[in-house]
Amino acid sequence: MAFYVAQFLSGLSQAASLFLVAAGLSIIFGVTRIVNFAHGSFYMLGAYLAYMMADMWSGAVGFWGAILLSALTVGLLGVAMEVLLLRRLYRSPELFQLLATFGVVLVVQDVALAIWGPEDLLGPRAPGLDGVVRIFGLPFPQYELFLIVLGPAVLGLLWLTFHRTRWGTLVRAATQDREMTAALGVNQTWLFTSVLFLGSALAGLGGALQIPREAVNLQMDINIVVEAFVVVVVGGMGSVTGAFLAALLIGQLQAFGILIFPGITLVLVFLVMAVVLVVRPYGLLGRAPATARGESHALEPPLYPAGRGLQFAGLALIVALIALPAVLGDYALVVLTEVLILALFAASLHFIMGPGGMISFGHAAYFGLGAYGAALLVEHFDAGMVTGLVVAPLAAGVGALLFGWFCVRLSGVYLAMLTLAFAQIVWSVAFQWYSVTGGDNGILGVWPAAWASPKWVFYYLTLVLCTGGVLLLRRIIFAPFGYALRAGRDSPLRSDAIGLDVTRYQWLAFTLAGTFAGLAGGLYAYAKGSVFPTLLDIPISVDGLVMVLLGGVQTLSGPIVGAAVFHGLETEMVRYTDYWRLLLGLTIILLVLVFPQGIVGALQSRLGARFSPRLREQVAR
Amino acid sequence: MSVLEVEGLAKSFGGVQAVRNVAFTLDAGELLALIGPNGAGKTTCFNLLNGQLQPDAGEVRLAGTSLIGKSPRKIWRLGVGRTFQITATYRSMSVRENVQMVLLSHHRRMLGFWRRAADLYRDEATALLERVGMAGQAERPCSVLAYGDLKRVELAMALASRPRLLLMDEPTAGMAPKERIELMALTADLVRESGIAVLFTEHDMDVVFTHAHRIIVLNRGEMIAAGPPDAVRGDPRVQEVYLGSGAMFGQGKDKDSAA
Amino acid sequence: MTGQMLTIEKLNSFYGRAHILFDVALEAARGEVVALLGRNGAGKSTTFRSIMGLVESRRGHIAFAGQDISRRPPHEIARLGLGYVPEDRRIFTDLTVMENLEVGRQPPRREGASWTPERLFALFPNLAEMRDRPGGRMSGGEQQMLTIARTLMGNPAMILLDEPSEGLAPRIIEMMAHAILELKKEGVTVILSEQNLHFASVVSDRAYVIEKGRIRYQGTMKELAADEDVRRAYLTL
Repeated sequence: MAFYVAQFLSGLSQAASLFLVAAGLSIIFGVTRIVNFAHGSFYMLGAYLAYMMADMWSGAVGFWGAILLSALTVGLLGVAMEVLLLRRLYRSPELFQLLATFGVVLVVQDVALAIWGPEDLLGPRAPGLDGVVRIFGLPFPQYELFLIVLGPAVLGLLWLTFHRTRWGTLVRAATQDREMTAALGVNQTWLFTSVLFLGSALAGLGGALQIPREAVNLQMDINIVVEAFVVVVVGGMGSVTGAFLAALLIGQLQAFGILIFPGITLVLVFLVMAVVLVVRPYGLLGRAPATARGESHALEPPLYPAGRGLQFAGLALIVALIALPAVLGDYALVVLTEVLILALFAASLHFIMGPGGMISFGHAAYFGLGAYGAALLVEHFDAGMVTGLVVAPLAAGVGALLFGWFCVRLSGVYLAMLTLAFAQIVWSVAFQWYSVTGGDNGILGVWPAAWASPKWVFYYLTLVLCTGGVLLLRRIIFAPFGYALRAGRDSPLRSDAIGLDVTRYQWLAFTLAGTFAGLAGGLYAYAKGSVFPTLLDIPISVDGLVMVLLGGVQTLSGPIVGAAVFHGLETEMVRYTDYWRLLLGLTIILLVLVFPQGIVGALQSRLGARFSPRLREQVAR
Repeated sequence: MSVLEVEGLAKSFGGVQAVRNVAFTLDAGELLALIGPNGAGKTTCFNLLNGQLQPDAGEVRLAGTSLIGKSPRKIWRLGVGRTFQITATYRSMSVRENVQMVLLSHHRRMLGFWRRAADLYRDEATALLERVGMAGQAERPCSVLAYGDLKRVELAMALASRPRLLLMDEPTAGMAPKERIELMALTADLVRESGIAVLFTEHDMDVVFTHAHRIIVLNRGEMIAAGPPDAVRGDPRVQEVYLGSGAMFGQGKDKDSAA
Repeated sequence: MTGQMLTIEKLNSFYGRAHILFDVALEAARGEVVALLGRNGAGKSTTFRSIMGLVESRRGHIAFAGQDISRRPPHEIARLGLGYVPEDRRIFTDLTVMENLEVGRQPPRREGASWTPERLFALFPNLAEMRDRPGGRMSGGEQQMLTIARTLMGNPAMILLDEPSEGLAPRIIEMMAHAILELKKEGVTVILSEQNLHFASVVSDRAYVIEKGRIRYQGTMKELAADEDVRRAYLTL
């Protein structure tokens, strides 16, 4: 009994900090409609700043002063981000907003690395709250009790702020109807900036309060932002009370999940989120967004089959790729092999994002399922490479078929979050099912068959499979199925009126994309000789997104260019500087600000005539 | 037999009767206008006919087949086409491709993974575009068309599935006056040629009285008049609905306070 | 104190590619109640939204209280003293009556009425009994009163009322007419759009008739009432 009470209490204290971060995220989303990936970075900064200040000052005043001051500082950083970056992006497609905030994540990671170093930092205990109390005879830290009280207290304060102050009333009004609020004379610019301050300060506070509980480290940002997303999505975007309920639910799931299903608590959390989203597509207390974004997004030109110029360029590229092994060394060949694999991965993601209009944050699931599909066969059944490369896309395809059925029932950010949830489920299975997957140690010795082991042979194998895959996807986009997908994206209303079953086509597209990602994953496993859970993790999904967006969602060659540029940049930066994330992050932010249509998209509109003479002719008439 | 038979149609939302006891028939080659003030139930009526909404009571038959309980997609396949008040075309496709989409769906060819969609039913699409005078712009992206031209493309799309009944929601909204006359004249010609039945809503009374063969007037969900244009124009209840009911101000005693 | 409150010249508005308003010209003098009449779909709401800066694209000249507002954002236009009551009311359904009023509150102006919730409750007695009720749990008529009261909290010198009598019970319409005449006494300029000619003739001094996005007629309410031809052409069937 006492044990369960303790477990329950630790679930509550877990929920408290989760709630702080999630509430901030929810408030920011409610008013600005921006999903702020950098929210976790603010949480991490809060922790680092609090650590630093508490280290400099001592005593109770020093400690609590450090907590408060770091929250305020982080709030100001949020203001800086709003003024310098977000403000320019309110009219951009939501994917670009997301990409920009992800750029901030990368920048903050390296800034933190530069200032505080890579080591875990252990903060001081909270003065005055460093003891334990006995609950049913079991010791329970006072500080955890403090957090348990703090959660509802903050909820209460937020409630009072939102219901008893003019500012709060305006924020709630703007969350419901921005246009009407403006027509009543409310200046949105000011409102948005102040909301960013409050939301970021809450994230900073959540982070700062962690220093007596856990070591401050550079992985805090992504971990918390994913959990906070789950809480916000389960609670309903924009609902603070919903976030509180969801945080309680998730906190208890984590506390008791460990007892019932040790090892798969994460799966449990994401399963609950998947169930909630399927039953209540907008979360526990959320509601359908009032107005759609409208047709303000950039104009997408019709697809024309490759003109002479592009055909020639494509042919030249393939000839060059065939000829390259003659001049390249092994290292360059390995990098090039990876670029090819990533190009197929990016093309498969583009297939659902571009023509399909479905954003996926979890495409790594299918890349990883392919990789693990092949590796598990090698490990447990001693299968050969050819079998592995056949099973890889099949395994991923089956996964996509299953997960896709749920995902295509949602749209927009909610769809994206559900794809992320499924990816995290697969990740945690790979991470925690030690006896089968080897957990963190991964599976080693996934080598190509003897005939394919020379680097150049494997390169050619990859070239054939990836080029074939990319060309096949391209072919499908020009076929009726590809048109049906675009139709569903362009106008669901019209598509329904001409008898198209959009959901079914999206499901099929999701499965196809998963299958091709699985092929890429299988190849990757053999190229590296090993698989690890990281292949299924968020950074891989984000790499895919960045590659697609860098290239331009609306172009077919975009993902390939994006993969080459991204992987090229990453590889080069890693070689020459420790701070490649900083550079990459700044590059992404710059690209988003300068080329809101992606690199190829921008080239297309500038050099439109050269790439597509037919388009220019038809538009200009 | 009539193309469309509607009997005792009723629908309420949360206790409010949006449509009650609406009944009419529509023959091939006939243009029937559905008019009435805002909130009279025109849109609800349309959505009940095309399957977006299910009626609480009543019957809708297309050439003898009941449409009740059928999905919008199924109803479209049975031969009910529609155009939208605000055009809904595929912006990322060319004019011809928009029509080809309808043809591909009509012929159940959407699950093709190899042949180029742009090569399928190309001539048929061009022929349809010729009928609405848009063949010359077949290659242009829909996103750059003038609004009146978009409306013509929508008409070609509606005709592509060879519907027996065409539902047109404010076909001339957002158009310049001259374009309105041209579009409705074209619609009337096509209806005559192909024997389609058309039900349309419209705010432009010139369009209604020039082209409708019959008119139904809705007010607060009920049919208050139905018949040929001249009869409807002279109906005192219709006059009253459009002028607003004067009775609510008593015997005009408040009028003194108006300057 | 005299002169034009609002002057619109050559206003053209677009919704996407659809051209909705064609060279609309409109004037309202200080303290006047002007009716904008027309069938539904004629362009009344678009005219109001264009004045408030809420349409995607507008061209033309709009002067309010001597200032050019044709390029200003909505919140600045509202702060200059132009209130807007949309046709679909757009009450903040999660907010209570008092909170809805709070969103509309602006500092008092040097001239003109200064509204408080208490004064508004005197004008709309129904609202006084439901101060803490969420907007989503009010009837259509109550919402219509609240949306006007909310706009008045900004102490506007002029308000745009989009179809104030639409969908309301006759008793509520009478209250609405009473309220508009009270506003006129307070010196507030009002432009209201209407399909209900009787309602408009009770409260308005002058009228414009709009059809297919163009102004077809303007004159005093009395002239319009006498002009059978205009009414037949643009307002009746």
